[in-house]
Order: sequence, then structure tokens, then C-alpha cells
Amino acid sequence: MISQLPALQIVIPLLAAVLCAVLPRGNWAWAVALGASWAMPVVAGLMLQEVLANGPISYAMGGWEPPWGIEYRVDAASGFLLMLISIVGAVVMPYAQASVAAEIEEHNVPWFYTMYLLCLAGLLGIAITGDAFNAFVFLEVSSLSTYAMIAMGKDRRALVAAYQYLIMGTIGATFYVAGVGLLYSITGSLNFVDVAARLAEMETSRATLAAIAFITVGMSLKLALFPLHVWLPNAYAYAPSAATAFLAATATKVAVYLMLRFLFSVFGIGTTFDALPISEIFITLSLAAMFGASIVAIFQQNVKRMLAYSSVAQIGYITLGIGLANKMGMTGGIVHLFNHALMKAALFLVLGGVVYRIGTVKLPDLAGLGRRMPVTMGAFVIAGLSIIGTPGTAGFISKWYLAVGAFEKGWWWLVFLLVTSSLLSVVYIGRVVEIAYFREPSKEVASATETPLSMLVPTLVLVAATVYFGIDTTLTAGIASQAADVLLAGYR
Amino acid sequence: MSPEVLVILAICLPAASVALIWLAGSQPNVREAVTLTTAVAVFGIVLSLLLDVLAGARPEVSVIEVMTGVSLAFSVEPLGMLFGTIASGLWIVNSIYSIGYMRGNDEPRQTLFYMCFAAAIASTLGIAFAENLFTLFVFYEILTLTTYPLVTHKGNEEARSGGRMYLLMLLGTSMVLLLPAILWTWATTGNLSFEPGGILGAAPDPTFISILLLLFVYGFGKAAVMPLHFWLPAAMVAPTPVSALLHAVAVVKAGVFSIVKVVVYVFGIETLASAGTTDWLLWVAGTTVIAASVIALMQDNLKKRLAYSTISQLSYVVLAVAILTPISVVGAAMHIAAHAVSKITLFFAAGSIYTAAHLTEVSQLKGIGRSMPWTMTAFAIGALSMIGVPPTAGFLGKWFMLSGAMETGQWLAVAVIFASTLLNAAYFLPIIYSAFFRTPDESEAASHHGEAPLPIVIALTLTAAGTVALFIFPGVALALSRLLVGG
Repeated sequence: MISQLPALQIVIPLLAAVLCAVLPRGNWAWAVALGASWAMPVVAGLMLQEVLANGPISYAMGGWEPPWGIEYRVDAASGFLLMLISIVGAVVMPYAQASVAAEIEEHNVPWFYTMYLLCLAGLLGIAITGDAFNAFVFLEVSSLSTYAMIAMGKDRRALVAAYQYLIMGTIGATFYVAGVGLLYSITGSLNFVDVAARLAEMETSRATLAAIAFITVGMSLKLALFPLHVWLPNAYAYAPSAATAFLAATATKVAVYLMLRFLFSVFGIGTTFDALPISEIFITLSLAAMFGASIVAIFQQNVKRMLAYSSVAQIGYITLGIGLANKMGMTGGIVHLFNHALMKAALFLVLGGVVYRIGTVKLPDLAGLGRRMPVTMGAFVIAGLSIIGTPGTAGFISKWYLAVGAFEKGWWWLVFLLVTSSLLSVVYIGRVVEIAYFREPSKEVASATETPLSMLVPTLVLVAATVYFGIDTTLTAGIASQAADVLLAGYR
Repeated sequence: MSPEVLVILAICLPAASVALIWLAGSQPNVREAVTLTTAVAVFGIVLSLLLDVLAGARPEVSVIEVMTGVSLAFSVEPLGMLFGTIASGLWIVNSIYSIGYMRGNDEPRQTLFYMCFAAAIASTLGIAFAENLFTLFVFYEILTLTTYPLVTHKGNEEARSGGRMYLLMLLGTSMVLLLPAILWTWATTGNLSFEPGGILGAAPDPTFISILLLLFVYGFGKAAVMPLHFWLPAAMVAPTPVSALLHAVAVVKAGVFSIVKVVVYVFGIETLASAGTTDWLLWVAGTTVIAASVIALMQDNLKKRLAYSTISQLSYVVLAVAILTPISVVGAAMHIAAHAVSKITLFFAAGSIYTAAHLTEVSQLKGIGRSMPWTMTAFAIGALSMIGVPPTAGFLGKWFMLSGAMETGQWLAVAVIFASTLLNAAYFLPIIYSAFFRTPDESEAASHHGEAPLPIVIALTLTAAGTVALFIFPGVALALSRLLVGG
């Protein structure tokens, strides 16, 4: 059983998805999805424990030995990510029941859970696989199910948003698969470790550089690196609340991981960062995201869209860590991947509760909500403080590591840009707080009550986690720094 | 109980009382009882710590290592002890006053008010007892956030814009200047602890020191050194007990306290003096002292005048530190204590006038001393202390500052202290004169308002007595201040 954990991580949600699709009732499908998604953190946790104690796990899928067969490979980096996806997937699920029932037409509800589980399986698959083409397959599994989930949104604009994402996502995937194709033509292999070993024996050719470029651009699209982020705000704004929370926390993070795997593990830091100006490109684009997207967020009227732009900005912090490419910077980037997932999921869950009660997340409609839904809005404030990076919250930890990484490089100007950009988030979070607490409630708000408990508890769990991981960082920053070690060392 | 436990209790008790106050929200008497009981208990704890510290103990507690080498930890040293004693002592008086003021003016949302107040005190004690820059920063930010609902208490447009300014200026300076300064210290030394003599090592680069000091001085935006002082007058929209908290108990004191602490324990007085690149701080502080006094002179609104007076008095502390002799640092510490008791008296008096007579402008106060003798006598004592006239506490700090400045021949500082004493006299004495010796306007004479509610009068009498007592019995404060500079 224990030795089969890597397979179970994928097989459970995949089979449960199929089961959901044939179930006639939404609540039955929800129960199945709940069981499957709660099994995930257990599986991921057991594996992560094993990895931290005894080093990487390699699992030959179907008994076919790598590099011929598909290898599932769990190390500190992928184990950390599996844990993150599993936790978010599990926390959102109890929340989903009420939220989905309110936002999605009844006959579509089982389909929603099918798509949710497929997406979960796909994202976990990308994190666990050690095979470039298998990663592509999982990428498509997760993307296609995501398009379907977004299209289920109540607002008709959800259809356009899903279509937009479909086009952009497909372009991204095409770039990725073109890069993998080039890589295959050079090395004749698709297994990450094997490709890395073969590349190491070769001169860096133009084809290799082209492969790096294709894969980087493809993944940048999926992870919404500025200016390839245009699909994201609409997708997040119009998808069902539970889907937004889940996707915002996981989908872009997985793309970041896959890119890290290629840049650092497969190609090796020597090839990518010395032969190409990747560091400069990433730092420039990250800064553009941190400032540009934050400024756009300040002017949004729809709070969901505002948070979506905030996500683009926060992804900038993660890619900034990649651009720094030293231990502290990478640790900051990776830990922010985790921290941002927690706090952004928490914020979107809060908004789901608001939608559930007052049916809108337009900023002026939130007037006076702070007094009607004190716990819900209190959760918003605390998660918002984490976005700002107040000490005592998880967001601060990420910024601390990133800034130390920048200082180690002697880039003190980058430290100032980093802290200045977080001031912009004070403005957009502050706008919501001011309206929710200082305006007189409208008629809808005046009769609103607290979010139902089944939705409130998952939200509070995530909010508590953002505070907890701002104080005790052994699990987050500790593992992130090991993951940074693994990535910086490459497969050699 | 061991001193280590007491340190934790001093911070956790007010934090825990936040929840109790919330639970007791529907019964105002129980709620206020919780506040007062906690305040007295915390003061008792702090006094017990004070005895230990005077006896030479330095209780230390490390709570958790947040990041490698960066801990949430507390350590009680003389300066923090002084600050902690003042803050927790004044919390009791301020709570008594708040009860009179909040009920007397029928303020809304009083439960939130008392909750935030207790939270602010918890973070203030966290700042006072912080063992390292990281811990200090954590509580410094929490203090900003917990006082924001207090500043915006009225909830109208003016309160909102004042609150916006408050939040943006304080969070902005601490995030953009202070955090990089801390990170830079960390990147250079790998150490964030407060240690006697400083942590920067034997002979750091003078330019580096100068820039780092600049970041720290302006990063602690709560010290309101010009030109980053705008938030303080803007925050005057808050109810008077909050102004007292801001100006005397916690907020601005946290700013100057942190500057003194960083100069003494991160840079080290000797390191700074030998670097010789910090003369600009004298100029900046001196300019702030004079300019803020001149602006205060021009204000007719009483609370605005007091606010600019605070800005000026805070820069005394910075000036004293910038003189960089042990005796002037003693003066800085003494002035933190003296200004706290005197300024809280002045604000209490201003709030008392507002509660009883609904007057806010200096020009309306003619003859008010006759109907409110207690209030205006207390005001007079506070004002004399601001000017620095014995037998009030304000004299002591100035005395040590002047000695330090003369000893090192820093005539600029001497001139600033003299000039500002005159200016202080010019904007405080006329108020006292017109309150006691001029005949009231007809409307004032006709209103028969009398004194403010009893809790208010008790509170301001206590602090006025404290202002005189600190002059007559400076023993403990002086002992702590001298321990700070190691002698």
C-alpha cells in the first residue's frame, strides 16, 4: 500500500471523477468528491514525510522502468507542491456544497464535482510526474476541466472568460509541447532525470536554447506572468466562487513549479541562467507585474477582479524569487507560492460567502458589510494583511526571504521596489475595508447575516493558517528552503 | 512567578482582555471593570518587573524562532522598562478618563474602542520589551493597525481621511524605510538583537552608518520628525482619550523610544560619535523643534496646537540622542517620561473642556478657569512642564540635554533648546493667562457648565500630580535612564 502512494495520489481523484459523472444527485457527487479530496492530504503527507526522512521517491508507473516508462518522482519540491494542492483541494470541498448549490444550476452540479476532481488529478499529476510528455497530458486534463468549471459560472460573461482562457491556455500548452518536442529530438528522451543527464553531456546547442524559450513562454502563459496574464482576471472574476478559490491557489502555482523543474532541474541553472538573460527578463517582468497589476487592482470595482489582478501582482513575487536564483530568493519565491495560495484562497472564499449572502461583490454594494458579517469581513482583513505582508502573517515571511535574497546579490534598489510595491496593496485592500466598515449598509446588506458555518469554517481554517505560518515557519520556509536546495542543485 | 513569565503575562494579559471586553460588550459596567482590572493587574506586573530590573536582572524570553536566526523574543532592559512603566501606568488613568469621556459624550461603538485600546497597550508593551529589531517591528506594525480603528472612531468623512493618512504614512514609512533598514542590518551583521554598545561591529563605514540612521529615523514614522509629521495633526479627529493614547501613552512614544533604542543598542553611541557623519540629525531635529513650535503658535484649535507641540517635543528626544553623549541620552529617556505625563494632562484638559463646555478653540477659553478650576490648573501644570519650568517634570529632561550639549560644545542644540523654550512659553502662557484672568464672553458666562464629569477630573488631577511628582521624586526614572547608558 505505502509503496503505491504515488499512484494513489492520481488514481483516487481520477476514478472518483468518473463516479461523480454518473451519479444523478449533486449531494452524492459532493460526498464522493469530499472523500476523494480528503484522502489527498493524507497521501501527500505520508509521501512528504518519507521524502524528508529518506530522500526522493521514484515510482515506475505500471511497472515500466524509467526512462522508458513513466516515472512518478517525489522530492522536496514536488512533495511540497503536492501537499499544497491537496490541502487547498480538501479545504475548499466542504465549502463547495453550499456555495455550488447556490451558484450552479442543479443538473450541472455533479458535473462541477467531476471537473473539480479531474482538475485536482491533473494538477497533482503535473506535480508528481517525472516525464515531460506525461506532464503535458496532465496539463491538458487540468486545463480542459478548468475551462468547463469557469464556464459554469452564473454570469453569462463566464462563457467568454472561459473561451478566452481556452484560447490562451491552448497557445501556452502548444508552446510547451513544441519545446518538449525539440527536447525529444535533441536527447531522444522524455524522462526529466534522463534528459538532464543527456543534456549535461552535450554542448548547449541552439535547439536546446529554443526548447528553453518555448517551454518558458508556454509556462509563463499558464502561470500568468505579466504581460501574458490577460486571461486571468476574467476567468477568476466569473468562475463559480469555489472554483476561483481552488484555481487561484493551485493552477498558476503548478505552472510555476513545472517551469522551475525545467529551468533548474532539467536544463540546469548553468545553461539557463548563464546562456540566456532569464534572470533579467524575470526580474523586469516581475516588477512590471508587482507594480502594474497592483495599480490596475486599485481601480477595480468588482472585488473578485481586484483580487485577480492582485494575484497577477503576487505571482510577480514568486517569479522574482526565480529571477534572483539564489538560495534565499528561491526560498522566498517557493514559500510565497505556498503562502499566497493560502491567503488568496481565503480571500476568494470570503467573497464566495459574500456572494452567497448578498449576491454581488461590486465594491459599492459591500457598504456596511463589516458590521453585518463581522467574522467574514474580519477574515478578509486578516488575509488582506497577509497580502500586504504585515509581520505576523505568512506574506511577511515570503517578502523577508525575497528581500534577503536581493540584498545578498547587492541589489538594494530591488529591496526598495519590493517594499514599495506592497504599499500599493495597502491601498486596494484598504479601499475594501473602508467601504465595508465606514459606509452605511444598503438594504440588501442590512438584512445580510453571517456566512453559513459550512462555508465559514473552511475560510477561517485558511485564515488561521496564514497567521500560523507567519509565526511558525518550520513547515513552510523550512521545506521551501530544502526545495530550493533540490532545485538549485539540479538532478546531478 | 519568575520574571520571564511576568514578561509574557504583561503582553498577553491585555491581549486576552480584548476577548473579555468583547464578551462583556452588552454590559458596559462589566466591560469597563474588565479594562480597569486588567490595567491595574498589568501595572502591578510591570512594577514587579521594575524591581527586578532595578536590582540588575535582565529577564529574557525567546518565544519562537520564526526564521533561522530571527526570533520572536523579549528582553527587559532599562529603557524598555521605563517606557513599559509609563505606558501601563498611564493606561489606568487613561481608562478612568475614557469612561468619563466616552459616556459623557455618548460616543458610539464603545466596545470596539476598549478592545482596540487594550490591543494597542499589548503591542506597546511588546515594543517596550522587544529583544530584537524583528520583534520590535512586529509589534510596531500591530500598534499601527490596532490604533487605526481608534483614529477613525467617529466614522465620518474627516475621520476616514485622517485615518487614511495615518495608516498610509505609518505603514508606508515602516514598510519602505524601516523594513529595508532592518533587512540591511541583518544582511550586514547577521544579528538583530539589541546589545549594549551596538551590533554593527568595530568601525563600520561612516556613509553606511549615516544612510542606515536616516532609514531608521524616518522609518520610525511615529516619531513624527519633519517632513514626515503630517499624520499626527490629521489623526486629531479621534476622540480625546485616543489622542492621549497617541500622544502620551503609546504611539508617538513608541516612535521616539524606538529611535533611542536603535541608537543606543544597534548603533552604539560611541560608534555613532566616532563615525562623525550624523550631524544632519541635529539639524533635522532642531528644525523640527523650532518649525513645529512656530506652527503651534499659529493654531487656534486647542488640540491642533497640542499636536504641533507634540511634534516639537518629540524632536527634543531625537535632538538629545543626536548630541551623542551619555548624559544627553539620559535626558532623552527622561524627556520621554516627562512628556508623557505632561502631554496626557494637557489632552485630558482639552477633552475635559470639550466635554463640559463643548469648546475647541483657544480664543474661546477666556475666563474658563473660573468655572473649571481643576481642569485649568492641571492644564497650567502640564503647560509649565512643556516649557520646562521647575518644579515640573519637563525641566529634568531639558536640564540633561543642555548639560550634554554644553559638555560637547554643540551650540546649535543649545540655541534650539533656548529658542523653543521661548516659543513654548509664547503659545502656552497666553492660554493660561486668558483662562484665569480675562473676563468670560457673554455666551460662556451664560452657559454655567461647571467642571467635567468626575472620572475626567480624577484622571487629570492624577496626571498633573504625576507631572510634579516626577520632578520631586525622579529617582526611579533617573536610575533607569542612567542604567541605560551604563552608569
